Amino acid sequence: MTKSIMIVGVGGQGSLLASTLLGKLLVTEGYDVKVSEVHGMSQRGGSVVTYVRYGDKVYSPIIEKGDADCIISFEKLEAARWVQYLKKDGVIITNTQQIDPMPVVIGATEYPADILTELSQKVKVDALDALSLAQQAGSSRAVNIVLMGRLARQLDIPTEKWEDALRAVVKPQFVDINLKAFELGYNFGL
Amino acid sequence: MRELLIGNAAVARGLYEAGCSIVSSYPGTPSTEITEMAAKYDEIYCEWAPNEKVAMEVAFGASVRGKRTCCCMKHVGLNVAADPLFTLSYTGVNGGLVICVADDPGMHSSQNEQDSRHYAKASKIPMLEPSDSAEALMFTKLAFELSEEFDTPVFIKMCTRVAHSQSIVETSERVLPEDKPYEKNPQKYIMVPANAKLRHPFVEERTRKLTEYAETAEINREEYGDSDFGIITTGTCYQYVKEVFGESVSVLKLGMIHPMPVERIKSFADKVKKVYIVEELDGFIETHVKSLGIDCIGKEMFSNIGELSQLAVATAFGLDEPQFASVDTNVPGRPPVMCAGCPHRGMYYTLAKNKITVLGDIGCYTLGSMPPLNALDTTLCMGASVSGLHGYNKAGGKETEGKTVCVIGDSTFMHSGITGLVNISYNASNSTVIILDNSITGMTGHQQNPTTGYNIKGDPAAKIDLETLCKAVGINRVRVVDPYNLAECDAVLKEELSAEEPSVIISRRPCVLLKSVKAKPALTVSKDDCKSCKMCMKLGCPAISMHDGKADIDATLCVGCGVCTQMCKFDAIK
Repeated sequence: MTKSIMIVGVGGQGSLLASTLLGKLLVTEGYDVKVSEVHGMSQRGGSVVTYVRYGDKVYSPIIEKGDADCIISFEKLEAARWVQYLKKDGVIITNTQQIDPMPVVIGATEYPADILTELSQKVKVDALDALSLAQQAGSSRAVNIVLMGRLARQLDIPTEKWEDALRAVVKPQFVDINLKAFELGYNFGL
Repeated sequence: MRELLIGNAAVARGLYEAGCSIVSSYPGTPSTEITEMAAKYDEIYCEWAPNEKVAMEVAFGASVRGKRTCCCMKHVGLNVAADPLFTLSYTGVNGGLVICVADDPGMHSSQNEQDSRHYAKASKIPMLEPSDSAEALMFTKLAFELSEEFDTPVFIKMCTRVAHSQSIVETSERVLPEDKPYEKNPQKYIMVPANAKLRHPFVEERTRKLTEYAETAEINREEYGDSDFGIITTGTCYQYVKEVFGESVSVLKLGMIHPMPVERIKSFADKVKKVYIVEELDGFIETHVKSLGIDCIGKEMFSNIGELSQLAVATAFGLDEPQFASVDTNVPGRPPVMCAGCPHRGMYYTLAKNKITVLGDIGCYTLGSMPPLNALDTTLCMGASVSGLHGYNKAGGKETEGKTVCVIGDSTFMHSGITGLVNISYNASNSTVIILDNSITGMTGHQQNPTTGYNIKGDPAAKIDLETLCKAVGINRVRVVDPYNLAECDAVLKEELSAEEPSVIISRRPCVLLKSVKAKPALTVSKDDCKSCKMCMKLGCPAISMHDGKADIDATLCVGCGVCTQMCKFDAIK
């Protein structure tokens, strides 16, 4: 059975490292894996999405509406944007951070303030302030790893394997910060 | 070794393993990483050429000398290289020559979604289309063998989903082919009419032989299932078909999309009750299958616009609609934006303020067309801003000359803006060309170009001096401005628009995302001094927003460029 995980956010938030980590881990675990993203124009502060699929044999590299077992969102509006891609019993892990898109910045429209409340009424939402946790770990850039720590609770892979994969993808000087970020995400709310 | 690679990296690995030794390309999404990854192998000489035509001609020369060689480009880049392409088909090769072309169905980062397969047919050059990274590697190696065996360039056709999806590949060692010394052969390499007339029958015979090859080639594959219908498909669409139907469906997967087999398709059609064609964009396979007198269903069921997916396939076959939740709240769009501190912003604001008509070009700076700047009037293709401006001013005369400019990036200017400027000079239009020189090829992810002073490896290289170049083609008025200085931009723009001769304004400041560019401390707004006039908001800077009626600067985004301080009449931004 193929599992589908989506990583969504705003261009420049560091979703690439998250998908690299996840991909590496899943290959090590012996799965067939496909990771798909789009480069280019959308990277410039636009809405970005990465698809990660794994199982015994994976065909399509992309995820479609109603397909995702889990959506990890780096920003709460993006969680709402992609919610249609979630399976009925899937879960959205979202950072509670708010990043105003340009139409909001220029006053053409408003940022929906209660979006997380509405989302929680519709689907299973696991929301956390990943930015604060990342800062607590030592770097605001570690939001991606905080969220990966949170994802680790959803998958049947021992945390030691995650930590090994983390050591393999981040530069040696950032390993400690990222291990801490992973742990803070994993243990949040406990 | 078992590795997770994006399709483009797998092609690069294929180039390495096949003993390819020369790669010349121009960057373009979604093809760029092939050449970037190939450049990481010290055994392969790689370069960024000024444009795709140059790249393909470099590959031609390298092939004639007997080396395995490759050039890579996006779909629209193949238009630029179309001139050498069609005759390269006639000359054939000495060392194997592979052309990688990456289509962008759905236009994630492109100005059109043309289907490159038509080029294979039109130029009579075989085309292989992988469906994942493992095939991208394998097909690239095979492409070199076919190239040398059949004396032809060979296309590898990628699409966004194959180019930018990671899947597992098995890598192996690099094997160097035999050196093939150049031997003078005018009948093959000098394409004057007398020789070309002899080569054309060769090309037709080659296509016949390649069709024969397609009849038995392993890269075309039948998979018989228990359903009574069959699907002919290729590339990423194969994955969607398998995702939906698994092992149950009968599939003819075409790894070679040109030329296509005849008998094999007939035989497949005979074994199934009904034939469907699943392919993205045009009905390319469908046209071929129908030309064989086989009844099939293709584009009447699948759109020729945008990408397909497993959902598109399932829906077309009337399978269950997926179940999903949605929110009732309107979710505001998040279009891509010019970065905080982008050097293009100051010049765009100046153009918008002066209500100038602006012919635009291809690059990050196309984002200047978005609100609130709304600074662009046209975008067509690489280089078209400069030549288009000349035409616009020839048509408009005095009425447009003082109110119209074009904008073009440094890399795009080197690609195909120079010839347009030569035309402005030679055929004398009173045009004002603005080169937005951010010292890098930005949109495709920071590739070096002939104006940056560095080559693809990051080593120092000859640096084309834009001022000298513009003067050399006959432009007397060449001005350089700092786009962070609004007053200077405004003054120089007005001077050059009112001048009675062509001019070039070089708006020069490096891309703010370059590692060499150090950010200044973030600016802050004094809430007491802010009069809520929203002048700073006219810049469309993602770091500036209004909170509780006052301007606010996001310290994590602001790089302290200071353009907004020049907008504020109350000195509220410091």
